[in-house]
Amino acid sequence: MMAVLRDRFLTNAWRWFVYGAMAFFVVNVFLIIASVVVSSLGTSWFTGWLPEGYTAKWYGAAWKEFQLYYVLIATVQITLAVVAISLMLGVPAAYVLARIDFRGKRLVLLTFLVPLLVPPITYGIPMATVLYQAGLGGTIWGVILANLVPSVPFVVLVMTPFIEQIDPRLESAARVFGASAFTTFLRILVPLLTPGILAAGILVLIRTISMFELTFLTAGPDSQTLIVALYYSVFAAGVRAQQSIDAMAVMYMVTTMTGLLIALRFVDPSQLVGRVDSKKASAT
Amino acid sequence: MAAVDTTAEAGTIKAPGRDESAAVAGRDLRLVMLLPGVAAIVSLFVYPFLYGFLLSFQPNVGPALANYTRFFSEPRLFETIGKTLWLSFPITVFNVGLAVPFAFMLRRPSSGQRFLSTVLVIPMTLGTVLVAEGMLLYLAPNGWLNRTLIELGLLDQPVRLIHNYWGVALSQVVIGFPFAFMMMLSYTTGIDPNLARAAATLGAPPASQFRHIYLPLLAPGLAITFCLTFVQAFAVFPSAVLLGAPAGATRVISLAAYEAAFEDFDYSMASTVAMIMGAVQLIIVAAVLGLRNLAYRGPAVGGKG
Repeated sequence: MMAVLRDRFLTNAWRWFVYGAMAFFVVNVFLIIASVVVSSLGTSWFTGWLPEGYTAKWYGAAWKEFQLYYVLIATVQITLAVVAISLMLGVPAAYVLARIDFRGKRLVLLTFLVPLLVPPITYGIPMATVLYQAGLGGTIWGVILANLVPSVPFVVLVMTPFIEQIDPRLESAARVFGASAFTTFLRILVPLLTPGILAAGILVLIRTISMFELTFLTAGPDSQTLIVALYYSVFAAGVRAQQSIDAMAVMYMVTTMTGLLIALRFVDPSQLVGRVDSKKASAT
Repeated sequence: MAAVDTTAEAGTIKAPGRDESAAVAGRDLRLVMLLPGVAAIVSLFVYPFLYGFLLSFQPNVGPALANYTRFFSEPRLFETIGKTLWLSFPITVFNVGLAVPFAFMLRRPSSGQRFLSTVLVIPMTLGTVLVAEGMLLYLAPNGWLNRTLIELGLLDQPVRLIHNYWGVALSQVVIGFPFAFMMMLSYTTGIDPNLARAAATLGAPPASQFRHIYLPLLAPGLAITFCLTFVQAFAVFPSAVLLGAPAGATRVISLAAYEAAFEDFDYSMASTVAMIMGAVQLIIVAAVLGLRNLAYRGPAVGGKG
């Protein structure tokens, strides 16, 4: 009897410890982000729990000082190009890998998997070297090409389960009525895959906006994205007012959070890193 | 490359969507759709890696191995390996060590689980630069954390947490822990709960269920999570510069590679450092996967009974 009570007590104590630690982590992350938001809205904040007064002027200051108009234009151009190109390259590749067995398939899968596992900074330096020697380093095209390396495999990874869900007999039916393989792909598969393509596209969008390392290594002065501009301004802290750096950080945060909120409508976050059928697990 | 090898024999094509006439011809034309994607990865990832590998043996001055001998003879360069390991290894052990019990506790699908994984994915998406900027404010001597600790009487004077080892270490926890937790969660939810239920029927408390049922089944996932979390932590870059002491305790190996490439314009040396960085990651990953091979191998689901 005593042993059962002790076990139950330990289990409960452990449970509360885990929940407490989780809450501690989440609260601290929230406060880290809140610090930036509060600072960006404060007049001056040297002592005290909160700034002395509130103002929105730092947003205007940041917009002018960091030439955010041009930075945002570059960010939009780069991310949209990366999303479009990686979908055009990744979706057909995912289709082939989901449907056809061929010699060397394992090698192709490996080729797509490795760029997702190696950290960008490790392969980024040799890649930037090659891009600079090809005359693409420091240009917008260099940044776009660099960002394709993690994006194309990511699209393949996200799309494969979506394609596997589609009944292959639909394709066979289209073929019976005389559609070519490519017409079938464009007219039958792409419409059915729209939710998957949307999910993959938004996820690539967020990843590209927040991809620091590859953009940092390949960008020139006129091809910086928001995250790289933010890095440079934090790096040179003291040159500009702290609050205008924070205002830029908030603008960056709003950009990614908007994308994230849209993405969460399509994808379950716990399945982004490892794919497990939670429905099946709960049914048993 | 293998992708060019489109001559798949008719017998090896088993997928249900295969094309009869193409199979008769001995090749499936749809394989062409694979080419653009593979070409992009080969030319932007595989080729630069091989190019960098060869370039590292073509130093600006001296014999083929000059860059490597220079790396291992200059303390400023070879000490970066130790500093980076000291920043990444203990933090990875901490992150994964914490992620396992948390993921075990949340293994049953619930609204709380979904909420937590949503909350945790946010710091992952924000990225290291924004987290670094936030931590500069939050952990500063007059930031909220120090203020709270002093108000509570836990500290007499502010504790220094930025521009040193601890700033970078804490940022590695903020970024790395959610990743490790999500990975582990996908493994714990994938284990058949009937196995633990069977153990519970026989009187095993949760702690023993964890040790004797879950832990052996989690070993492969644990090894992979550890490797991925470690590799990410080893490549720490922006937070080491912004939150650490880039000239001192947190002069990490990626910073040495960056300086060689973009400050000295010595691409050969930069490639050498990048290759050494990759080699160290590979050695640790191989060691972890080797250890994992000593553990249980088998299915993670019960039989029909």
